[in-house]
Amino acid sequence: MNPKKTSRIAKHVIYGSVGLLVILLLFLIGYILITGLPGMSWHFLTSVSQSFEAGGGIRDQIFNSVYILLLTTLISFPIALGVGIYLAEYAKDNWFTSLLRTIIELLSSLPSIVVGLFGYLLFVIKFQIGFSIISGAITLTFFNLPLLTRSIEDAFRAVPLDQRQAGVALGISKWKTIMGIVFPCALPKILTGVILSAGRIFGEAAALIFTAGQSNSVINYANWNPFSPTSPLNIFRPAETLAVHIWKVNTESILPDAHQVSSGSAAVLIIVILIFNFGARRLGNVVYRKLTATDKER
Amino acid sequence: MMEITEKYIKKIETPVALKTQDLAVYYGDKKAFAEGTIEFPQHQITALIGPSGCGKSTFLRSLNRMNDGIARVEGQILYHGLDINNDQINIYELRKHIGMVFQHPNPFYKSIRENITYALKYHGVKDQSVLDQKVKESLQAVALWDEVKDSLDKNGKQLSGGQQQRLCIARAIAMEPDILLLDEPTSGLDPVSTRKVEDTLQELKQKYTIIIVTHNMQQASRSSDYTVFFNLGQIVEFDETSQIFTAPHVQMTEDYVSGNFG
Repeated sequence: MNPKKTSRIAKHVIYGSVGLLVILLLFLIGYILITGLPGMSWHFLTSVSQSFEAGGGIRDQIFNSVYILLLTTLISFPIALGVGIYLAEYAKDNWFTSLLRTIIELLSSLPSIVVGLFGYLLFVIKFQIGFSIISGAITLTFFNLPLLTRSIEDAFRAVPLDQRQAGVALGISKWKTIMGIVFPCALPKILTGVILSAGRIFGEAAALIFTAGQSNSVINYANWNPFSPTSPLNIFRPAETLAVHIWKVNTESILPDAHQVSSGSAAVLIIVILIFNFGARRLGNVVYRKLTATDKER
Repeated sequence: MMEITEKYIKKIETPVALKTQDLAVYYGDKKAFAEGTIEFPQHQITALIGPSGCGKSTFLRSLNRMNDGIARVEGQILYHGLDINNDQINIYELRKHIGMVFQHPNPFYKSIRENITYALKYHGVKDQSVLDQKVKESLQAVALWDEVKDSLDKNGKQLSGGQQQRLCIARAIAMEPDILLLDEPTSGLDPVSTRKVEDTLQELKQKYTIIIVTHNMQQASRSSDYTVFFNLGQIVEFDETSQIFTAPHVQMTEDYVSGNFG
């Protein structure tokens, strides 16, 4: 075969696989939206779910998903930032660093159901916290940390080395150089990493089934005292998230409109994740321009 | 390391800004540079020349402790009679006095103004009018002020390569260092930009002692007052530039500057 022919075939194969992927994705997203959107209504988004009758909504599930997402990010971001900075800026190339990397990779390849059962045994049973938002959020932190750490490390590594040299050559300390000069450059990528990981957390079910639980207590959105059992902000109440709700409705629900509820929930889930993904890029660009006084997009 | 027997180091009669005594640099067990004993004359431009891998950049980077954590430096570096190559020295304070400009222009990903003011603010300059004045003075000193005075809030990375390098020099001199180290500052620039940087250095030597590593023979001969020739990790010859390029004392230097090797 001559080189021209080979390269043409290679090109077609590559284009073909890209096309296949795009079609598959569009089909999936399209299917979820087409089956989910017709049943969507303001009522569906703003009322509580029902156990036996038709006409239930997903109000609490949406709130729980967002709340657990926020808590998880709040817990995991500082840790991931610290480890990411350590790995990118301070870690020497020795046995400890490679051990740390191996552990992080191992953690990221754990099935989420295993992480969930671990969280169940440790937080729900051993520490007697019970099914709760905080058990779920801490468990999701384990699930989230490896990839978030990795993306933060990568974000720091992507900043050219000469920025650090420039900083220390002006008598600026290493720490201040990292935080004041390198960090702003890395921030757009960090933000993208955080938001993409937020999408994963938002869609996670397996790790939450046995930690945050599959049911909701009665909550009153007018009650903002986080220590009250009926407050939505109480982190010790059980909380079923959107993704868990989809799983539960599909596996054990006797709702007459179970199919519609699960399709609607899936549509909401995917729309929120799409917003996260598109938002990540936009926000990253805006922040980058603001911090670096650039008027061009990257 | 091959020992070079024929060497010539001129003794300086004028004031000395920086002096090294038996400086040696090791990367692990490998000796990259040996026996550097030399005096850098104050308010003059000294060029460091020599073939690639001769240790001149390694030597230069030792002078403001940029090799810390990368290489082991032995011997003394005397600055105002103080040996700065010792653990007790506050290297952050030291680098305010001995500034550095790198081979590739590396302005911060910040506005032109902030490129100059960032380190000043870090070192405690708070007064906005002082900062503004500094921005203006240092940009004027590198002849960049007229080109950028209307776009100080633009990102420094959006300037041309030559402008970026002059911004980096401005950033370094805004700290008012005694000594300015430049590591092949024009190697990535076109001839016009190179010329502008060289002209800038001529202006700056009124106030600063300048030590510049260069691969460019013409640059060394036309813009420096003194020249050090490095080879095989050693200082072979140090003399006035005119002497080095017309009648060097050492045969090896003669061979190098006349293009017979390297």
